[in-house]
Amino acid sequence: MVEKGIGQPVPRKEDRRFVTGRGRYTDDINLPGQLHAVFVRSPHAHARIRRIDKDSVLGMPGVVAVLTGADAEADGIGPLICGWMIHSRDGSPMKMGTHRVLATDKVRYVGDRVACIVAETPHQARDAAEALVVEYEELEPVVDLATAHDAPARVHDDIPHNLCYDWELGDRAAVDEAFARAAKVVSLDLTNNRLVPNAMEPRAALAAYDPGKDEITLYLTSQNPHVHRLVMSAFNNIAPEHKLRVVAPDVGGGFGSKIFIYGEECVVAWAARRLGRPVKWREERSEAFLADAHGRDHLTHAEMAVDEDGRILALRVDTKANLGAYMSTFSSAIPTYLYAPLLSGQYRIPAIYARVRTYYTNTTPVDAYRGAGRPEACYVVETLVDAAARELGLDRAEIRRRNFIPKDAFPYETPVIMTYDSGDYATCLERALELADYAGFEQRRREAAARGKLRGIGIACYIEACGIAPSQAAISLGAGVGLWESAEVRFTHTGKVQVFTGTHTHGQGHETTFSQLVAEALGVPFEDVEVIHGDTAATPVGMGTYGSRSQAVGGEAILRACNKIIEKGKKIAAHLLEASDADIEFEAGTFRVKGTDRQKTIQEVAFAAYVPSSYPPDLEPGLEASAFFDPPNFTFPSGTYVCEVEVDPETGQVSVEKWVAVDDFGRVINPLIVEGQVHGGVVQGLGQALLEHAIYDRESGQLLTGSFMDYAMPRADHVPDFVVEFAPGSPSPSNSLGAKGAGEAGAIGAPPAIMNAIWDAIGVRVEMPATPERVWRALQSVRMPQAAE
Amino acid sequence: MYAFDYHRPQSLDEAARLLRERPEAKLLAGGHTLLPTLKQRLAQPSDLVDLGAIAELRGIREEGNGLTIGAATPHGEVETSELVRRLIPALAELAGEIGDPQVRNRGTLGGSIANNDPAADWPAGVVGCGAVVRTTRREIAADDFFTGMCETALEPDEIITAVHFPRPKRAGYAKFPNPASRYAVVGVFVAETDDGVRVAVTGAGPCVFRLTALEQALTADFTPNAVDGIEVDAAELNADIHASADYRAHLVKVMAKRAIQKALG
Repeated sequence: MVEKGIGQPVPRKEDRRFVTGRGRYTDDINLPGQLHAVFVRSPHAHARIRRIDKDSVLGMPGVVAVLTGADAEADGIGPLICGWMIHSRDGSPMKMGTHRVLATDKVRYVGDRVACIVAETPHQARDAAEALVVEYEELEPVVDLATAHDAPARVHDDIPHNLCYDWELGDRAAVDEAFARAAKVVSLDLTNNRLVPNAMEPRAALAAYDPGKDEITLYLTSQNPHVHRLVMSAFNNIAPEHKLRVVAPDVGGGFGSKIFIYGEECVVAWAARRLGRPVKWREERSEAFLADAHGRDHLTHAEMAVDEDGRILALRVDTKANLGAYMSTFSSAIPTYLYAPLLSGQYRIPAIYARVRTYYTNTTPVDAYRGAGRPEACYVVETLVDAAARELGLDRAEIRRRNFIPKDAFPYETPVIMTYDSGDYATCLERALELADYAGFEQRRREAAARGKLRGIGIACYIEACGIAPSQAAISLGAGVGLWESAEVRFTHTGKVQVFTGTHTHGQGHETTFSQLVAEALGVPFEDVEVIHGDTAATPVGMGTYGSRSQAVGGEAILRACNKIIEKGKKIAAHLLEASDADIEFEAGTFRVKGTDRQKTIQEVAFAAYVPSSYPPDLEPGLEASAFFDPPNFTFPSGTYVCEVEVDPETGQVSVEKWVAVDDFGRVINPLIVEGQVHGGVVQGLGQALLEHAIYDRESGQLLTGSFMDYAMPRADHVPDFVVEFAPGSPSPSNSLGAKGAGEAGAIGAPPAIMNAIWDAIGVRVEMPATPERVWRALQSVRMPQAAE
Repeated sequence: MYAFDYHRPQSLDEAARLLRERPEAKLLAGGHTLLPTLKQRLAQPSDLVDLGAIAELRGIREEGNGLTIGAATPHGEVETSELVRRLIPALAELAGEIGDPQVRNRGTLGGSIANNDPAADWPAGVVGCGAVVRTTRREIAADDFFTGMCETALEPDEIITAVHFPRPKRAGYAKFPNPASRYAVVGVFVAETDDGVRVAVTGAGPCVFRLTALEQALTADFTPNAVDGIEVDAAELNADIHASADYRAHLVKVMAKRAIQKALG
């Protein structure tokens, strides 16, 4: 076993700098002569811009420029794009409302960018931003998703009914037929609440233009610097791709919100060139609430048909998803291809049909947020399964057992275009029930009742799909980019290893796990590996980090590069050891002539590669290799969460008392980091289930939960101790590591586990977030009849 | 934040003089309401007069049959004070439920009651105990001090120096916190004092108020059962995204029961 190799709970390398305050974030970087940008944002949800009076601020102290959408257009700055084309059921392409880097005709949500003030200091820029005279003609906003279709107003004047697309997946006729012969049908109306991502670090950008090289360097809070460079070059005309360097240094969390290409970074980069001085922008927290893409926000009518034994016959789902005012970068894919294909859950469901309509509203754009489509799907499936169990009087674990895809059925093709790679759902469920003492629950319920509390238990069996793949299939479904990942592994003269990855770490601990991977593959000390990421000038072209893809896709690319190094190393070692290539074996950092004690370490081989005093004549010097990996399929992590809650019937307050997670992530590289990912994901899921809700005023379209005073985030005392166990595991066959991805599982599985537990506790289903008042009202509704007796 | 002049007077007289001379000045105590307001540019005082260097504003002492707490004493000191825990433990508990440790280490009693946020905890404790607010000019009875939403009886150049809390025979505070802000959605302070039973409710209405019907009921029967016969009129209560008026009315009764239970020990 390699010390600090695969499977070891190695503490994170990154923590040395993070916990000692030595991280280097975008806002920590300052350049000589830099200017400061502040965005003037719309105070209205929907208004026509009548006039922007630049003269109202141009003489103010320190003001260097006032930039508007008209200036951007005049300079050829292109609008923002959505990178995934969706076609409606009738074959027509999605209707994309123009999304400019700065608004020109109308503002479409509170926080929409109207102008950018650039000044010598941040305070001067802010003074001018407050003073800028903008005349608006207020329009009626479209706020409510449920009524957006028939709203009198249009968010985009050229898009009727505010409807972006009307998409479907699955066999509608087969589903109708199954429903017609079903013993029971359960149906539910479900709300998946809108969330604000709230990464710890708000967004920031710092751009500098070098006229000598005619090149822009952009420091940015990005999860995918190469994708930023690509889109900003190809669509926004910020600079040719080879003349734009994007650097994403330490980034304090993203959860999806830093994937997207926003107007702010385009304006900052454009302004730096236009003004010939570096320009910096740092978002304020209250700005982040308005300006960072939100998550979720679905209304779903879902029906499940079951036979008399509780076997699922079919699923029919009709979802309205809120796009917000504009299409954000990947917004079209989230409620379609990252949602409906997951509706089979862990179950053998013969027929599934999903229809999804997405609507524009005068609210902040909505896009991927931790889980992105998969939490919404899991919530639908796991709530319906509980509903069916109740309808049939079946135990909620038993109905799941009866419907699981058996472990010998993989690869398993669902009716909604997915081929699950591997899994052992029943083992996860049984182990979770055992750890949770499911059998002993009724005793705990009685004990709680004696204390005046209502205790409930909930189960959720989730499926996730990580690492969107393969590229060709995704592109055929509308993806605008490939979905491979890249790596370059380089030995130095002295035997140290540099790993260049196209992924980006912003909390995931890649510097540690990738070092473990390389230590294991090359047999070098963990401490001798340095992972370099986040700089388009240093790393190979890569797609970045989102969708729990980095280990399964990026890790595999690193492994393949390591394998190329070993192959080359064998040739060098054979020469040094005067043996034939075929007789050299490699193990734990040593090349050895098979069956002998003649050997060279990989460090000796690396030195020989750079100082080739004795070297194979036909071989290039140097020891480095690059690899691109395009996986043949998604990976499909799965697991079971069991949660117990107690409800205070007098106040409706819910507390989560017990949590068991049994996850199958395939092969786990670092169990310490992965357990941390489960904790974080579960807490975010708990936030969605109990606390978090972005609420807009229905009349004005103002965000009412615009700060932490009103938007409730989970805190340590909301959270119980977690029991986290990794299932023996079904390694993914889609990569040689067998890794599946773990970043989003918690956020996917937790909400239905909690909501099902509350349902069990109080006997009525409530919507998320299960606020005390909602739970109390639900209890009133079931108790009133009793009280009247 | 807009520009302002900052002063750190060493005495109350100097602080009062600054307030008189600069009508747009604001007092700075713990800053937990004022600083976020300034950062959001929602206030533009000409001057900030920091009370942090005035030693006589700080501290907790026994006085007569009760406690006197200096206006600039942070909540955390009240929370952990042995004296408070011995004489009026309900106040230590109230202070310990304010915000989080960072807030409690900076935020002060005087700052809280001068701001009179409708959902702050201290107004319930001050009114519930029938405390007396001492200022640079006079003494103000708790019932006269809180006059409306974020309004008090303080004159523009008047500074709170301390609050004197008569020791109740027994008292309890129960709070239902807002999960985001941790202010009170509803907080109820119940005390049996030498002058009778007092019940003060914060969070529920535009300003802390006394629940006289419950005071009367508790005078007859100081048990949680006294709450059962009480009607709380939702019409006068706050309604917002966190809680409807009906729900607040219900919570007033639940929290009152719990406060009584705590008072009974």
